[in-house]
Amino acid sequence: MTDMAFKADPAPTQRWWQRRAVRRFLRHRLALFGLAIIVLLVLACVIGPYLLPFDDLYIDLRARFAPPMTGSHIFGTDPLGRDLAARLFMAGRISLLVGFAAMLISTVFGSLVGIVAGYYGGKIGAVLMRFVDAMLSFPSIFLLLALAAFIKPSPIMITLIIAATSWMEITRIVEAEIKSLRERDFIMAARTLGLSNSQIMFRELLPNAMGPIIVAATLTVARAILLEAYVSFLGYGIQPPLPSWGNMLNGAQQYLDSAPWLAIVPGVAITLAVTGFNFVGDGLRDALDARSDIA
Amino acid sequence: MSHSNTAHDPATAEEESAIAGTSLLPRIAGRFGKTLFSLVVTLFGLLVVTFAIARLVPIDPALAVVGPRATQAQYEAVRAEMGLDRPIPVQFATYLGDVVRGDFGRSNLTARPVIEDVRAAFPATLELATLATVLGVLLGVPAGVVSAVNQGRWPDHVLRVVGLLGYSMPVFWLGLIALLIFYGQLGWVGGPGRLDVSYELSYELDVTAYTGSILIDSALSGAWDVFFNAITHIALPVFVLGYFSLAYISRMTRSFMLEQLGQEYVTAARVKGVPERRVVWVHALGNAMVPLITVIALSYAALLEGSVLTETVFAWPGLGLYITQALFAADLNAVLGGTVVIGVAFIVLNLLSDLLYTVVDPRAR
Repeated sequence: MTDMAFKADPAPTQRWWQRRAVRRFLRHRLALFGLAIIVLLVLACVIGPYLLPFDDLYIDLRARFAPPMTGSHIFGTDPLGRDLAARLFMAGRISLLVGFAAMLISTVFGSLVGIVAGYYGGKIGAVLMRFVDAMLSFPSIFLLLALAAFIKPSPIMITLIIAATSWMEITRIVEAEIKSLRERDFIMAARTLGLSNSQIMFRELLPNAMGPIIVAATLTVARAILLEAYVSFLGYGIQPPLPSWGNMLNGAQQYLDSAPWLAIVPGVAITLAVTGFNFVGDGLRDALDARSDIA
Repeated sequence: MSHSNTAHDPATAEEESAIAGTSLLPRIAGRFGKTLFSLVVTLFGLLVVTFAIARLVPIDPALAVVGPRATQAQYEAVRAEMGLDRPIPVQFATYLGDVVRGDFGRSNLTARPVIEDVRAAFPATLELATLATVLGVLLGVPAGVVSAVNQGRWPDHVLRVVGLLGYSMPVFWLGLIALLIFYGQLGWVGGPGRLDVSYELSYELDVTAYTGSILIDSALSGAWDVFFNAITHIALPVFVLGYFSLAYISRMTRSFMLEQLGQEYVTAARVKGVPERRVVWVHALGNAMVPLITVIALSYAALLEGSVLTETVFAWPGLGLYITQALFAADLNAVLGGTVVIGVAFIVLNLLSDLLYTVVDPRAR
């Protein structure tokens, strides 16, 4: 029955790359630039460690504080003589993974809460959304720190804690979207056809809310990478010897005068990654938003 | 902010209040009641979370007081004295009562009541966040307007990239790099801390602590050498935090302005022959100011949060530094007390922005 409803759709069949949104995204120069940064960073972190002649944990006390471009140390070495480039790429794996995982968890959870709150509305919706408001007005960095400082921090724990402070934004967006979609004709039709609530929510409503969810998810990756950096910088996130971009900056301040590259290199990596995701998120928003006037 | 007062077209403002008429006050009161309720709920939630953290962490507060060499009997006595042997709901009720009275316990680190430490540290944070917000508004609002007016052209692109970068840089890292360049290399500004070491003594002697803000206190005391030295120290953290707030404010100003510039009243004003500058900066910006007020309040709240990391880098003796140092010392009372205070400030700012919105925008119910 649902198939019939779809076949009645007068829109001609299109390949995904012919879609208007894709076309608009591809014309968004900043977004493409962001995408290029992300792809390059991911490639560097995945392949990079195999190409470098150093292991990220190899300590060489004779080569301590080597500035960038000494011998084969392209980014120099740290106070223990470990190769900074090798550490940077290994750290990138952790930081990007934490970012993606936190995004996945908070997007799935946030969307679920948003769909339920938006679809059922009424008392359930009100209670859920008040809860979201309350969570949003918490100072999340403090909660993150308080939790991370007193709970044994493992990468999984850090990811969960970051996700726990990041899902509310997505819930808000999804709830608003679902609320406006709920009253449309196609939902009326779905009800008349006798579809169950969960079918309507996940087969009919969710696909139509995908645009805003994708945008929010992209921006959540950026936020999660930043949060990991914040917590790890203060020493409560990912614990050494496991490197992350944040904890590489942890000791950097004390060598700011003598070895500034220790602070510059990981910081640039974080900034590039976060900028990349923010650019892509921005581009996606412009591309998916029908009201936006970029052709 | 200078144009915000003149921004509202006086004619429309009068019309609006005429339409709103007598019902304005009750409406604000109703809104106030609702927000107050959600404020209480949110506060309660915050306290539940901090209480839960205090009970979940593997730190035994009684053991922390008596030390590892105490006898079992001493330990039990302290435990009973601290109320830790009572059921959880009773403990939570006690905690609520304590917090309402402003009693967050004693800090293990400074051996003073947490509330006194917080009171001493808060003005420094407030000073930093306020100046940064002022900077963010003064630069961010015009940047957002220029961006919106030139949508899709190069000024827009440049300003958007500058804004997004501010959004994307870890604020503490920006602080480190700024220190490296402007303090380490160029020597244009003072380094970490609120004063040069050589001024610490004259600060102790000449400056009376009226407010806790070093700029206001030294100016009021007439200690101008301290004042100017303090400026060289506060400049860098203010610029770093201000950039962060500029990024957010300009971004939001841009999108509010784009929305306003597409409205019919803008076209009508143009047709009527109102000069373009007036249309943009008075008519459109005046209306964009309404949602912007919320954004500014939120960014102020976000700066209180962002100050944790900036203060650590700049050794700025505010609440952020206090909390991070307490974290290093596993000083639970201080961490949770500080978190509650920041949380309350955060929630109150949210409430204020909500109320301001109601006062400024007659359509809000």
